[in-house]
Amino acid sequence: METLNYRNKAQQRAKGTRRQAIVGVVASGNLEVLVERILPDGECEVDIRTAAEGFGEVWQAVIADFVERRSPGGLKLSINDGGARPDTVALRLAQAVSAMEGERT
Amino acid sequence: MTVWNSAQRLRDERIRAGAAYAQGKRVAKADATALLEAVIRPGDRVCLEGDNQKQADLLASALAAVDKNRIHDLHMVQSGVVLPEHLDLFELGIARRLDYAYSGPQSQRIAKLLFGGKIELGAVHTYLELFARYYVDLTPQVALIAAVSADREGNLYTGPNTEDTPAIVEATAFKDGIVIAQVNEIVDKLPRVDIPGDWVNFVIESGKPFYVEPLFTRDPGAITETQILTAMLAIKGIYAPYGVQRLNHGIGFNTAAIELLLPTYGERLGLKGKVASHWALNPHPTLIPAIESGWVQQIHSFGSEVGMDAYIQARPDVFFTGPDGSLRSNRAMSQTAGLYACDMFIGSTLQIDLHGNSSTVTADRVAGFGGAPNMGSDARGRRHPSQPWLLAGKEADPDSPAPLRRGRKLVVQIGETFGEKNAPMFVEQLDALKLASKLDLELAPVMVYGDDVTHIVTEEGIANLLLCRSNDEREHAIRGVAGYTDVGRARDKKLVQQLRERGVIRRPEDLGIDPLDADRRWLAARSIKDLVQWSGHLYAPPSKFRNW
Repeated sequence: METLNYRNKAQQRAKGTRRQAIVGVVASGNLEVLVERILPDGECEVDIRTAAEGFGEVWQAVIADFVERRSPGGLKLSINDGGARPDTVALRLAQAVSAMEGERT
Repeated sequence: MTVWNSAQRLRDERIRAGAAYAQGKRVAKADATALLEAVIRPGDRVCLEGDNQKQADLLASALAAVDKNRIHDLHMVQSGVVLPEHLDLFELGIARRLDYAYSGPQSQRIAKLLFGGKIELGAVHTYLELFARYYVDLTPQVALIAAVSADREGNLYTGPNTEDTPAIVEATAFKDGIVIAQVNEIVDKLPRVDIPGDWVNFVIESGKPFYVEPLFTRDPGAITETQILTAMLAIKGIYAPYGVQRLNHGIGFNTAAIELLLPTYGERLGLKGKVASHWALNPHPTLIPAIESGWVQQIHSFGSEVGMDAYIQARPDVFFTGPDGSLRSNRAMSQTAGLYACDMFIGSTLQIDLHGNSSTVTADRVAGFGGAPNMGSDARGRRHPSQPWLLAGKEADPDSPAPLRRGRKLVVQIGETFGEKNAPMFVEQLDALKLASKLDLELAPVMVYGDDVTHIVTEEGIANLLLCRSNDEREHAIRGVAGYTDVGRARDKKLVQQLRERGVIRRPEDLGIDPLDADRRWLAARSIKDLVQWSGHLYAPPSKFRNW
């Protein structure tokens, strides 16, 4: 088990008013994301607990792109990862922000 | 004096030796090994019929049981190395040299035997290429084949899994070879004749159906959102703009997702009747919803698929069927159809390098290729025009005068940037190269050459290699869809952005696709059970796919 933590500056506050949401599932090759609106508007924090060790560089790249594309200001995302591939991670992160925008649950 | 019929004399000798165990052409199952010991000579080229689907399993065990002091150094020339017995032959010293095309289930063990020097490898072929060599320099002296039934004269009914049999038997029987068939049963009257009896020397009744591998069945329940996204990209970004009507799909979950999205996403895009109507394809269960929704006009098949026979029989307007009503497949003909008469091949792979070369050979698996290198190559002998072929040719070479410009087949590699066990699909160097140097091969086993590939589809987007004008552009078009793999992260972002502006790379958003829209609701069937229902309960999936 490895824990990773990334703090990034976000351009904009995440849309919507929801306080909290959960997307995904904890399963092999999948991940669960708990997202909470608890940070200042210009900040985003991602906290990761992963079963797959040694992928720090890839996580960092995935999260940097995520923050740039989705602008998740004010959100803290806590990830329980079961060794998901980067494409699945990127998808779940995008789904988490979308859930906070209230378009989908 | 020159002897001109030495092979005929040898054939007659072999038949006489085998006749000691036969009544007419019929040989008892218990005498199968004795028959093979009588007929086969050391060093013979032997085709033990097995491809990626049907297997002459009884004859495989019989051959693995021969006395290796009598029969040894055989040269196996067969399309599929699939059963454990196929490799036992090499381990036991009965066979020495191998020319083949596909080895899916045995890919790890074959790698070990290659490295251990137990197998002398000729080449890993494409099916059509191996069949071609049956007629030039790899003609079998003995062919051991499988059919459903035989009559007293040795006429054979192959049932829906005709597959390689006609190509093998024609080469063997007309060049003084011996043809031995295992059949499930001997009957008075065959439903139809697939192989004439005077091409067949001996028949063994096995008493049970030959083994068929359900290779083309994909459970819709296992299709991921990322695979659905790649399917949406392919349909909207390739099928639609080129108007691809004649095509072949490789095996895999990405192409299964495309099949299941035709009646939903494809319908939404208004593509019914405009794409995916004529196929060279095995009867993929995941194509049932598209067939039932009226998308598909015609399918010619390499083989059958376990559980699909009753469905096929009930849809003769779509499939090729015999006077008995059941499917007639033919691998050689369908491969030819895929090569010359299809405008697109789309399939998955395990590794792609920076030139676009791809291979399913990895460090410890030598899977072979089956039909992909043939289907996934531009047919240089093609002379008939079609819209997708002309358009692709124009993209590759906009300056030549149209009447003298070759078209191009669309050869599409589709997959997620990371595969099973997080193995990256994009690599700086193919494992196939390491294998070639380790085994001292003159050619690395490349499945699809980079200069044949026209598009690469991943969750990150589509790279159109036809529009690349230099090696550098090509490399960056590939890096630009390689996601978070090492190859992808080593991209020059500016160059990738320029390629995107020119439409060489297209992201989901460039095609109006929201990745968040890629969910399982698009699948016309979400389980094997759904497929059974779509088929009106004519599809009977094998038990390992039944989970209800």
